[in-house]
Amino acid sequence: MTLDEMARTTSAWLRGDGPLSDVVISSRVRLARNLADFPFLTTASETDRTEIYRQLVDGITATSAGSDAMVVDIDAADPIEREILVERHLISRQLAAGEGRRGVTISRSETCALMINEEDHLRMQVLGGGLRLDELWRTVNDIDDDLASRHSFSYDSQYGFLTACPTNVGTGIRVSVMVHLPALRITKEIERVERAARDMRLAVRGIHGEGTEALGDLYQISNQVTLGVAEEEIIEAFGNRIIPKIVEYERTARKSLSQQGDSQLDDRIYRAYGVLTNARCITSEETQALLSPLRMGIHMGRFDQIDIATVNEVFLHAQPAHLQALHGRALDDDERDIVRADYLRERLAR
Amino acid sequence: MPEKRERHLCEGCAEREGVIVKQSHHTTSQILNEFIKHKSKASPGDDRTCPRCGITFREFRMKGQLGCPNDYEAFRPMLKPLIERAHAGATHHVGKVSATADEGVQRQTDLLKLKRRLQVAIDQEQYESAANLRDEIAALESAESS
Repeated sequence: MTLDEMARTTSAWLRGDGPLSDVVISSRVRLARNLADFPFLTTASETDRTEIYRQLVDGITATSAGSDAMVVDIDAADPIEREILVERHLISRQLAAGEGRRGVTISRSETCALMINEEDHLRMQVLGGGLRLDELWRTVNDIDDDLASRHSFSYDSQYGFLTACPTNVGTGIRVSVMVHLPALRITKEIERVERAARDMRLAVRGIHGEGTEALGDLYQISNQVTLGVAEEEIIEAFGNRIIPKIVEYERTARKSLSQQGDSQLDDRIYRAYGVLTNARCITSEETQALLSPLRMGIHMGRFDQIDIATVNEVFLHAQPAHLQALHGRALDDDERDIVRADYLRERLAR
Repeated sequence: MPEKRERHLCEGCAEREGVIVKQSHHTTSQILNEFIKHKSKASPGDDRTCPRCGITFREFRMKGQLGCPNDYEAFRPMLKPLIERAHAGATHHVGKVSATADEGVQRQTDLLKLKRRLQVAIDQEQYESAANLRDEIAALESAESS
């Protein structure tokens, strides 16, 4: 599959299924590792980077999980291709914007994306729709075992797996769950959730990671502590306690919005649909913001003109790089807003 | 012994009753930023150089990233407080052990993991599982000393 073909499909993690998918969009588990025989990337020479890249690509494609993987050389990819991968959450902005030899291997189902030469030599990520952390942890742990039998990873008896930044040292694990919290935002209870999350040393961010705002009421909740806590303990806390609690708060807030006034809530949903299906010129940000009430409306059984799979498809394809790939050529900002409005009318109007 | 009672309080009531102790929490990036903000000031150990990659501790403080795995050894005393703050006071890895680690390291990490689970079991008043964990720890410790 080429990146252009990929751009025309919907990511597996965006199918809209999976446990608690009325609130949880997707889950991700990431492990950071570094090859023991090389310096970290801050001091690695270009020869080192090339050798790390070669060794890891060889190692990954030799594993059972990586045998059918697509290898993307990010250094050689064009800007739209890189951005497509960022929009699909397969690579980070940091990898897209980096320099030198770097890349990613992507499994056919797009559920495993292993980044090479990002901040660490290797960042293994596994993604899935809904809340399914146990399964993702098992998958990434198997990949790690498989790779550890081929490569020697930097490890210290006190600090565990060594990473370029000491904030990732230990397990090198980052568990991240993307949740849709429109009702908590409307009822202004979101700040309490954010405060509680911070008290538990969790990070709450927008969907594109650190420093991004919660576009379309989508929040990413992730652990920050990686030392002194076992991987299973973090997976268990997220999967059985933290995220189900947030889901419960959001569901309660949705119920209380319904009780406060049906017409106000429906007005919010149908106005959003009205703009999305009538606009002649619309930005990516406005599209994401308007898709939020539609998503909530569908899950609350108040809106049935389109289904959740379509919302997810539009959510992905209305982003700048996907839009340009679908349109078949590069577009400037103004052209994009017009093409996006045309696409939305065609895709969403009934 | 006073009777144990479970009460559910909202945040406001809990605060009024003095149950919630306001804590100041920092995110990991805040800790690092704070650390970097002070980079202009000299810090002890600044001139220490890693014999393997050649970076100084000062260079690490400027960039926020280390130069090579050996820096954890070369800068150990200076990194210790930073790592503890970033990881809620943790000082040792508890979790998956590298395939290349020797048996002793494996056992040490297992022991730390069990001790942590014991603490959680005690905190959650799961005394039966706490007793089992205590036995497991004792068995592992006696295997270690033998």
